[in-house]
Amino acid sequence: MAESYRAEDFEPLHVDQATQTLSRPSLSYWQDAWVRLKANRRALFSLYIVLALLAFTLFGPMLWTVDPASQDLDQVSQPPWADRSATLVAPYEPWQGEPAEPGSGLHAAQTPNTQAVRLVWEPMGNAEGGYRIYRNVFAIGPEKAYGLPLGEQFDAALTYFEDRLDLKSASYYYTVVPLNRYGDELEGAVTREIAVRNAITISHAEKRGLLTEGHTAQVGDSITLAAHPLGTDYLGRDMLARLMYGARVSLFIGIVAPFLYVILGVAWGATAGFLGGRMDGLMMRFADFVVALPFLLFMILFKIMFGIGPGESGIMPMLIAMVILSWPATSRLVRGQILQIREEGYIGASRLLGAKTNYLVLRHMIPNTMGVILVTLTFAVPSAIFTEAFLSFIGMGVAPPTPSWGSMCNEGIKTMLTTPHELIFPAVFISITVLAFNLLGDGLRDALDARMRSRE
Amino acid sequence: MWRYTAKRLFQGIVTVWFIATATFIAMHLVPGDPLASDKAVSPEIRANLEAKYGLDKSGIEQYFIYLGNLAQGDFGISFVQKNRLVNDIIREHFPVSATLGLLAVVFAGLGGVLWGALTALYRNRLPDVIIMFLVILGISVPSFVVAAISQLGLVNLNTLLGVTLLPVGGWGSVAHMLVPSLVLGLSTMAYLTRLMRSSMLEIVNSDFVRTAKAKGLPPTRIFTKHQLRNAVLPVITVLGPAIAAITTGGFVVELVFAIPGLGRYFVQAVQQLDYTVIMGTTVFYGAFLVFMVIAVDIIYGLVDPRVRLN
Repeated sequence: MAESYRAEDFEPLHVDQATQTLSRPSLSYWQDAWVRLKANRRALFSLYIVLALLAFTLFGPMLWTVDPASQDLDQVSQPPWADRSATLVAPYEPWQGEPAEPGSGLHAAQTPNTQAVRLVWEPMGNAEGGYRIYRNVFAIGPEKAYGLPLGEQFDAALTYFEDRLDLKSASYYYTVVPLNRYGDELEGAVTREIAVRNAITISHAEKRGLLTEGHTAQVGDSITLAAHPLGTDYLGRDMLARLMYGARVSLFIGIVAPFLYVILGVAWGATAGFLGGRMDGLMMRFADFVVALPFLLFMILFKIMFGIGPGESGIMPMLIAMVILSWPATSRLVRGQILQIREEGYIGASRLLGAKTNYLVLRHMIPNTMGVILVTLTFAVPSAIFTEAFLSFIGMGVAPPTPSWGSMCNEGIKTMLTTPHELIFPAVFISITVLAFNLLGDGLRDALDARMRSRE
Repeated sequence: MWRYTAKRLFQGIVTVWFIATATFIAMHLVPGDPLASDKAVSPEIRANLEAKYGLDKSGIEQYFIYLGNLAQGDFGISFVQKNRLVNDIIREHFPVSATLGLLAVVFAGLGGVLWGALTALYRNRLPDVIIMFLVILGISVPSFVVAAISQLGLVNLNTLLGVTLLPVGGWGSVAHMLVPSLVLGLSTMAYLTRLMRSSMLEIVNSDFVRTAKAKGLPPTRIFTKHQLRNAVLPVITVLGPAIAAITTGGFVVELVFAIPGLGRYFVQAVQQLDYTVIMGTTVFYGAFLVFMVIAVDIIYGLVDPRVRLN
């Protein structure tokens, strides 16, 4: 029964080459994260939006070379879809009025345009003391809000009025109210909707560069006014140019402030976590105090502290205040990570091999917390953009004439009923930016950090 | 529990002291002095004024007087509105802000828990997708834009109906409070919905829920008794910071809706450089927030016994 062993039984087995090769190439942490981020369509799309926004603010002004501070007074508060054609008219000449045709009611005596609206109406029986003329941009409802009082004619025989007040290419509702001899308003007001068209004189058009040298344009011809792709604001400034320059302020604060305070937080947290013991407790207690400071109140206090009164621009103070007040959250996070990493086996091994403290921190600890730091940074950007917008909105941040998205919203909200585009465009830009950074942050968190990965 | 409460309260008092000191230092680093904006006065009158406000004393002395007054709950007199106590301003305007904030917290809390639970139940189905899209939108749109748009919506609604169903601004009745508090609570609601969703998803897969299912409990009972109650706990922890976010966020809503709250008053005081009002409101708000967070922590300890053991 005894089995005999032969010599070849003791030869090493044939090594199969296939088991030795890896089925996939080995990936570093960052390569792996990039692969995972690329697989996340939402995050990738957000990344493209962020890049597009950066291009918009950095290279946009090179393509759209309109000065954000220059005013186009022919087109004030014009939405992008406004009619840009204008009629060439003769220079303004005073008007002495004319009687209205019987039965014609309230109407414009000449073609109403932005140079002047000349109203005539039939004499009203009860108007002993003349007439008062109103203008409104909205239709007159049952509450009889006639709008802006333009002026009065204190003679019932003078049945004409010339309106030259800040006219825009729009529809106006003119109302003429008869007055008694004491100047009180009587019943019998007449209202008429009058559409006002753009008008421009030849000399003014030449000055604005709308007509080339040696032109043959005549009064009555139609020309096209300067283009404003996103319309103009209440001072006739180009919205697109302002949004591009405003993006600089918003994105500068939104990216630089988080960057600086995350660095400060990392330094503070890493030091505390590494030193440990009493020093750690002391440093973290201080961070707790800073967290407790009411953030927005102190942002405003800082602004006053830097001697920047209300209505003055203060980008730097805003930046410094954000850095001083926002670092503790990051420092807490980094400290926690460092405390965890400190106990890892590879740190002990590295120390055993003679690694110095500097080397340990820079080679092992910081790179291993990098994922968490990057995620924090991405989420800090939208909150910084919000803070800037919020402060500018309540008039405590960037002040005119410097545009920022927040201050543009602040200006736009005042006229949101009549010209909503002045509010909507900057608001949309803020929202898209914040949305993109939030989604990118979600994607980065999923890609970079297994511990923070949302469980789905 | 008592020791924990006492410890937290002591921490809170130290934090308030820190806030008061930081405010004091910040205000004293402001260039110029509070009397500079007044009419040109003779040196004698100026000396008298400085003596009246205690500005002739040294910085340290002023600091201790200030701390002493604070300890007695005295925030001083407004510089801009003569004969008006900062305490009066706070007493008058803070209840408005607090009502608004409280309502917003209630909206945010209830809404967040409800929507969060719904999204978790309908995970990856249409309700989940729609609600999570709205949540992302709620987080991304600034509160002043939401406020402005909702105000615009109110105007259109009222003109459409021909009656003032909900007022566009102002303060007074419950109808005035509804829309502003909803707007104020919106971003917090979005945040809480996200939190509730992930916490709910975790609970759904837990052992005790499986056990409950195995012993044949009806799904509604599992939902209310086992899932909801456990999933709500993490939401309570962030309620403290959420209250802080809502109170400071109140500034914008108060401005847009013309509500006479303390936030609007603070912005106005800053614009007028009314030093005592700025300092008073900052310290008051700071103290309020610190103690709110502590109160939430203590309540959390009462609700969840696991916290007490640690």
